Amino acid sequence: MSDLLEFKNVTKTYSRGLLSRVSTTALNDISLKLETEQPTILTVAGESGSGKTTLAMLLLGFITPTSGQILYKGKDIQTLHGEERMLFRREVQAVFQDPFAVFNPFYTVDHLLSVPIDRFKLAKSKSEARDIMVEALTAVGLRPGDVLGRFPHQLSGGQRQRINIARALLLRPKLLVADEPVSMVDASLRANILETLRGLQRTHGVSIIYITHDLTTAYHIAKSIIVLYRGSVMEAGDVDSVIKTPQHPYTRLLIDSIPWPDINRRWGETEIKAKEMELSDHVSGCKFSSRCPFVMDKCKEIPPLFRLKQHQAASCYLFEQNPSIAPEKLSELLPV
Amino acid sequence: MSPILQVNNLQVSYYTDAGRARALDGVDLTLNAGEKLGLVGESGSGKSTMALAMMRMIKPPGRIEGGQVIVDGTDLITISNEDMLKARLSKIAYIPQGAMNSLNPVIRIGAQMMDAIKAHQDQSTSDWISAAEMEKRCKRALESVDLKSNVFKMYAHELSGGMKQRVCIAISILLRPKVIIADEPTSALDVVTQRQVMETIDRVQKQIGAAVILIGHDMGLMAQFVDKVAVMYAGRLMELSNVRDMFTDPKHPYAQALIRSLPNLENKGVFNGIPGMAPALLQLPGGCAFHPRCLHAMEICTVQRPQPTTLPGGRIVECYLYSEKV
Repeated sequence: MSDLLEFKNVTKTYSRGLLSRVSTTALNDISLKLETEQPTILTVAGESGSGKTTLAMLLLGFITPTSGQILYKGKDIQTLHGEERMLFRREVQAVFQDPFAVFNPFYTVDHLLSVPIDRFKLAKSKSEARDIMVEALTAVGLRPGDVLGRFPHQLSGGQRQRINIARALLLRPKLLVADEPVSMVDASLRANILETLRGLQRTHGVSIIYITHDLTTAYHIAKSIIVLYRGSVMEAGDVDSVIKTPQHPYTRLLIDSIPWPDINRRWGETEIKAKEMELSDHVSGCKFSSRCPFVMDKCKEIPPLFRLKQHQAASCYLFEQNPSIAPEKLSELLPV
Repeated sequence: MSPILQVNNLQVSYYTDAGRARALDGVDLTLNAGEKLGLVGESGSGKSTMALAMMRMIKPPGRIEGGQVIVDGTDLITISNEDMLKARLSKIAYIPQGAMNSLNPVIRIGAQMMDAIKAHQDQSTSDWISAAEMEKRCKRALESVDLKSNVFKMYAHELSGGMKQRVCIAISILLRPKVIIADEPTSALDVVTQRQVMETIDRVQKQIGAAVILIGHDMGLMAQFVDKVAVMYAGRLMELSNVRDMFTDPKHPYAQALIRSLPNLENKGVFNGIPGMAPALLQLPGGCAFHPRCLHAMEICTVQRPQPTTLPGGRIVECYLYSEKV
């Protein structure tokens, strides 16, 4: 049985202009697997420029990797044709960040939901199509009567985002890529959206790749996490270990910077030692070395992942006494 | 000590084809020098309108329909437009949401900062200062927000998002205002930069002793940064408490639901969203605007709006659970 999704040493570089030799590595040698049998929620976390959106675009087949392969059910997604491609398009769905920008303002919600039903011939009759819509809307916690027949501008951001999820759900996907699905939704509605996503995984067996910069929501929804910085994996493992006991200097910096909504957990108890990111930074070796307070001579070479415990590893020479682990084995660190 | 900022019964409406939307419906607020207030609420609750009204930057079809905004003894609502131009930056300053978009891309940072001082120069009085002195002052402001003084000669595109936001902070403190309003100053920034920018605001605020109003919906940021929190809903202040009370013992049912919905490290996997959705300002429910979503709604809540009640500790709550029913 092949895996649902596999990234094999995927690298993506963007080069600027025709003559310029400057290129930016958006994603550097990422390998990763999702199993078919056990649906899970995997968080890919990072700041802007970390490559997390590039990862989503690659996975959806919108852009092609510079090197490496992305396999869906054992087949390279670049070579999928005909029915296989349609199946991939149906089974891999996406929810994007901005619920205000993804709707065509001239179409009602019904139209939006019936397009995929027609396209993939999911229903034999109008009434069957309607049943599918109603079922999907109910599954994401919306009352069909509240939203059907309405235009996008008549709905709130939270409702729109849930319609996006419903649209993805009615195609019975196997994999959902959620790129910052709650960052533009009001704080009071975030909990509802996250709960909806988790429900998809638990009751509908959908695996979710949750892409975010917000480690608080990641902690609550995901099972495992990969922390990216400038295209490289800094730390990976199960979400409890990584967020409660972060080891890599970058992850520690990230976690210390989260403003926790807890009056007894003060910001500033740990001082920020890291330097600010300069726009002009071009570093060889560890990408974080130019900001790292613990930088050593060795950091000019890219550090491998050192395994700290069964489900946690960090790419940093501070942990070189631990056994290193090949990048292809990254998935072993991630519980499902 | 008399308060540095006093907002009394501030009212703002937007007139649309569909009718009149009361974005601010009688808001009262008092702030002392050096105090930091957080203004939170869902989108559409009126928090940004509040900031714009205090700056007198509401544009048609919006209109300020009543109330006072008294900064350091002057009511900003009644003064002339020319005086208001002078008051902006020197009495009350505004740090906008998207710093990336608020700097002019074709003018050097220094020139933009000098503009701000020049616009407030009055040649007739003795505090007129030379260009060299102005430049010195701008560079000092840049240094106080942790930027090198060579940023003075740079253009906006040469700076990162965090640096641009710092430039905006530097401009806002140039003329030592009494009140600084920061409207989601870090919403476009990464977490690490966010913390550094907030620490900068905190430091310069202490330096010049200004009061700060931080607007946003990130409750985590509020818990870490402000002294008092005001929760807004549908154009009204629902609760105003000091930050510790707000997070440990919120009084208003909406504030309680808001605090309960927050994720933290202890309650993993528990999601407590607030049921229902924010009301449309064009068709507000009668009585208390929150009653359709409220767990404690009583009959009176549907007919008559509660008045603000002051509780021990100076907390202000607008809810019948804490006031005499009329």
